[in-house]
Amino acid sequence: MSWDYFIELFLGGLTRGSIYALIALGYTMVYGIIELINFAHGEIYMIGAFTALIIASVLSLFGMHQLVVLVLAVVLAVVYACAYGFTVEKIAYKPLRKAPRLSVLISAIGMSLFLQNYVLLAQTSDFLPFPKLIPDFEFWEPYSHIISSQELTIIATTVVVMILLTFLIKFTTIGKAMRATAQDKIMAALVGIDVNHIISITFIVGSATAAIGGVLIASHIGQINFFIGFIAGIKAFVAAVLGGIGSIPGAVLGSLVLGWTESFFTGYISSDYEDVFAFLFLVFILIFRPAGILGRSQTQKV
Amino acid sequence: MILSEEIKKSLLAAVWFMFLTFPIMVIRVNTVQNIVEWRWKNMLLVGIAGFFGSFLGRSFFRQKEKGEKKADPNTISVAALVQKITGNQRLSRLALAVIAGFVISFPFAFSLYQINIMISALIYVMLGLGLNIVVGLAGLLDLGYVAFYAVGAYAYALLNHHFGIGFWTALPIGAVIGAFFGILLGYPVLRLRGDYLAIVTMGFGEIIRLILENWNAFSRGPSGIAHIPRPALFGWEMSLEMSTKYIYFLMIGMVLFTIFVVNRLQHSRIGRAWIALREDEIACQAMGIDKAKTKLTAFALGATWAGMGGVIFAAKTTFINPASFTIWESVIILCIVVLGGMGSIVGVVSGALVLILLPEYLRAFSEYRMLVFGVILVVMMIFRPGGIIPDVRRTYQFRKEEH
Repeated sequence: MSWDYFIELFLGGLTRGSIYALIALGYTMVYGIIELINFAHGEIYMIGAFTALIIASVLSLFGMHQLVVLVLAVVLAVVYACAYGFTVEKIAYKPLRKAPRLSVLISAIGMSLFLQNYVLLAQTSDFLPFPKLIPDFEFWEPYSHIISSQELTIIATTVVVMILLTFLIKFTTIGKAMRATAQDKIMAALVGIDVNHIISITFIVGSATAAIGGVLIASHIGQINFFIGFIAGIKAFVAAVLGGIGSIPGAVLGSLVLGWTESFFTGYISSDYEDVFAFLFLVFILIFRPAGILGRSQTQKV
Repeated sequence: MILSEEIKKSLLAAVWFMFLTFPIMVIRVNTVQNIVEWRWKNMLLVGIAGFFGSFLGRSFFRQKEKGEKKADPNTISVAALVQKITGNQRLSRLALAVIAGFVISFPFAFSLYQINIMISALIYVMLGLGLNIVVGLAGLLDLGYVAFYAVGAYAYALLNHHFGIGFWTALPIGAVIGAFFGILLGYPVLRLRGDYLAIVTMGFGEIIRLILENWNAFSRGPSGIAHIPRPALFGWEMSLEMSTKYIYFLMIGMVLFTIFVVNRLQHSRIGRAWIALREDEIACQAMGIDKAKTKLTAFALGATWAGMGGVIFAAKTTFINPASFTIWESVIILCIVVLGGMGSIVGVVSGALVLILLPEYLRAFSEYRMLVFGVILVVMMIFRPGGIIPDVRRTYQFRKEEH
């Protein structure tokens, strides 16, 4: 009994952690490049989920096949999230590139507030039922009591996205340019890298993974509203900081650690204070190990 | 030539925004009845707004860049006017007299409803001035400011409920508890800078709210605490109208007191230390300023006003619950400070009055309030980071003493 319960919590934590990882990547990549906490990132994730919901509902009403609906909804959600990420960067962050950090941060908070209320006003403040986009796989039937097909899909997608992302960053020209920009923007510009272009690409890639996370979790939980981006964003941020902000493997590790601790905490201790726990966790990390698990502590240059 | 180029760019932006907002603005699916609602009118509106928004935005941006080269002639307008008034003794006396006359006659000239709105605006003035110490002077972005407000409100409600403590005793207690929580938050975040600080303070605010919501035995959870007594005046029983007017004058007194204290603080040793800390942490430490002490006093003194504001809020509404203390309350207060002008007292006061009173009188647009606040934050940061009435840096001069 207790062993089964442990396994259940472990897998639940793994699923949670995978979702956090997909969102945390966007934070960590953007932070790595322009040292900005993109407050609007949670909203991009929410918009991804909403777009998928809207597209899926419309297509289902036209009576399309479930698989076509799934593919189109995911693709369009990713496209739209990328478009939003790109536009947010152009409007709210690019004009402030030389401004003090406090200004950029306030601008990001404003953007987040705007996007939330935009969805609230244009759509609804109620929770909307999210269609079950991910089917139950037949071949997985025998094992579905351990882990459902949906959870399996979430974990598998996260793994694939991580591998693709690692490949993008380690082995492509764009990835090389991104790493160079993260190290030193002026130097990168001197060797012929279009820094603004690279920053845009970073926002687009981060938004895409957030949108994938949004679709997956919305179809797992089954309902969304305009406010889901806030808590998810905060938790993903906690995960990114836990792993060491700016580091991509760190974001994944931090997300998994946060997913597991949350899952065990709610399973064994109390579910009332789940969110309180995530925040307390953040405070403790920042006090005792501000650079995170994999991060290197930075010395500030004068 | 340039104009046609601009129009082309704006058209492109309009098309882009129409594409961007298409699924969310145009389609609305009714999942219960399975009907799709197509709202093409919204698309047209977005297109028009996108066109003019992009056109105006870019022309402002060009002006701003030109302005920076020409040593910024933009700062005339309101700021200069204020400076002119405060600079000239006769004008400033006249302005003060007009304001004082308005303030005193206000509760007798307007209805109870208007007075109530004014009281909440004044509470926000106080909160704005308190947050101004933390954000505007010390440069520490605090997104959990509402937690101290909640702490003050609950301190009064609970102390009154359990021990029958009255408003006037609770007010200083609220201030002290606020300051205590300020230090409690300030201590762990001493080492954090800018963005980390924002997130941790935001988390702190949420922790307080979630505890108030979940700990039923302590705070009665989401249903809140009712029947909180209004402030007393020497045990004199007052009608609702009298008591509202009384709170109004009390609030005016509190705001004046806040302005006085903040003004004195700003030019004191500790105030200059805050400004130094905001400008450059390392240089400030190199000058021998104790960073930890300076930051903690900023947090504590900022939280003090929120604590007192909370006590007054609880006494005014006679009912509180955790829903009044969400993160967005903190953002509204931040918006007040940013719009008014970080570090500037006149700015913060006018920012609070504009942001709280305008939506109340434009009821028809009140649902767009938060949307507009978001836009204000972004636009102000891009075009006018100093706020409507920016802080004027005080210059200190040596006067040769004649010996």
